[in-house]
Amino acid sequence: MRILNVVETAYRGTLEEQDDTVLWLTAALKGQGADVSVLLRGNAVNYLVKGQDSTGLAIGPVTLGHPPRLDEDVQKLTEKGVLVFAVREDARDRGLDPGRIISGVEFISRTDIADLLEKFDQVWHW
Amino acid sequence: MSKALTIAIMDAPYESANTTTAFRIIAAALAKGIDVNVFAYEGAVALAMKDQQPHANPVRGTTVEQEDHPTTRAFIAGLLALAQEKGARLQWVNCGLCVDERGAGNWIEGVRRGGPPDFLAMVEGSSNTLVIPTR
Repeated sequence: MRILNVVETAYRGTLEEQDDTVLWLTAALKGQGADVSVLLRGNAVNYLVKGQDSTGLAIGPVTLGHPPRLDEDVQKLTEKGVLVFAVREDARDRGLDPGRIISGVEFISRTDIADLLEKFDQVWHW
Repeated sequence: MSKALTIAIMDAPYESANTTTAFRIIAAALAKGIDVNVFAYEGAVALAMKDQQPHANPVRGTTVEQEDHPTTRAFIAGLLALAQEKGARLQWVNCGLCVDERGAGNWIEGVRRGGPPDFLAMVEGSSNTLVIPTR
């Protein structure tokens, strides 16, 4: 069964979780042998920007030991064989510098999303 | 009127960056000696739940210690400690009906049950009110 995780809501609790929970679930499912892919759209395309740094968070005396590294997490997914797609127009609208995008991601146009969905048995929109 | 800030928050733990933003604002105010009142409404009542536990991360292969996962209850405890250190007052009030709905009544020390009358009293005793709702 081919599954597509569409991640649209970005940075949802990522500081508290130290990662994106949907990317985490994707990695866990892939580790269990699932054929799972990811489509980043909307604000979630920002996960592709290299060098994001959210270190230094401290709430009073409590510090965040391991801040999320979302670009690296997406990169690791691609290295594990997870296909990662992203919507080109969403990246362009947000002014993402193509030179700072991680490798291994396939950009598709908004008009191609429907065709992409057709290739999967289940589509989970987060 | 004393210098105080009231904040109403709604998001449940681990769901939204709103919570982190609220924590940072509270910490910044307390660090300046400003009293802060928090009215935790709806899902936010779970932020202070005592049974929250850090966990290992099987995807990364890290242990509980290596993962060093923060909990929102630890952040709130940190804020209460910060208030004490700075000589400021932090009131953290959980909406009682929201708690009952969720069975979410086991909190860390320093958090109390309340309702709209408490919220109104806090608002009336504050310089301003910041509402951070769920979107």
